[in-house]
Amino acid sequence: MVPLSYYLLLSGILFACGVAGFLIKRNIITIFMSIELMLNGVNLSFVAFAAHWKELDGQIFVFFVMVVAAAEAAVGLAIIIAIYRTRETLNVDQVNLLKL
Amino acid sequence: MLSVHLILFLAFGAVAVAGAVNLLVQRHPINSALSLIAVMAALAGEYLLLGAEFVAAVQVIVYAGAIMVLFVFVIMLLNAGEEERTRGSRVAIIFGIPGMLLGSVLVAWVVLTHSGTETVPAGVWPERLSGVPAQSVPGSPHTIGPLLFHQFLLPFEVTSILILIAIMGAVVLASKPTVAGSPPKKVKD
Repeated sequence: MVPLSYYLLLSGILFACGVAGFLIKRNIITIFMSIELMLNGVNLSFVAFAAHWKELDGQIFVFFVMVVAAAEAAVGLAIIIAIYRTRETLNVDQVNLLKL
Repeated sequence: MLSVHLILFLAFGAVAVAGAVNLLVQRHPINSALSLIAVMAALAGEYLLLGAEFVAAVQVIVYAGAIMVLFVFVIMLLNAGEEERTRGSRVAIIFGIPGMLLGSVLVAWVVLTHSGTETVPAGVWPERLSGVPAQSVPGSPHTIGPLLFHQFLLPFEVTSILILIAIMGAVVLASKPTVAGSPPKKVKD
């Protein structure tokens, strides 16, 4: 038997790592991977709560999160390819046309 | 006293956290992608511990399989090298590391102070589910399927439309501009 708090702790650690990667990383692909890490952290807490309250709705929601993540990854990576084609860089510091 | 359940939880959790930290530390995107695959595989193990068989299988197939293959494919396609450090990233480190620590500490504090000794049941809870055989595991496709196709039918169909739109958007975005005779526009600064 594992306490629910352990699962939430692990979920929080993964989400925090995702946030840190989103802020620290300069490569646009790695930033995108950090977003996936955050989604995974949230999914873990969904499944843990589903098991805790003995309801399956949480697991269904994880399924929908995965579907949306798949769609997001496809569109996001296509955008990255388009950016690379026009600007020939993956560094987000050099993609700053909208910056003041 | 360590139960088998707790030992497995700690093992998978250690792999997941190590992979997440490695994703931050590595400079080359392909190394980050491989450590993210390790995180996802470890999380699939955690889902199995929680009795979510269907979610664990989908995690491996969709996340560790399809999505990460897409990532690795794009990294290879664009020949992404090591990321170079810039002045902007120093500012991000100043906010990122303390932000991560603060978030972790906050979550740990809230979770550890506001939860008692409730444990997550690992086994079967057939009494709460109506209309499914009592011996089936709660998170198996046998119990997820009817729920998905009865109670959650409309969201399920909406996601299929979402996937269709995403496919078309990805094709449009990633395809080469097809103006006859003119090379794709290059923006340089």
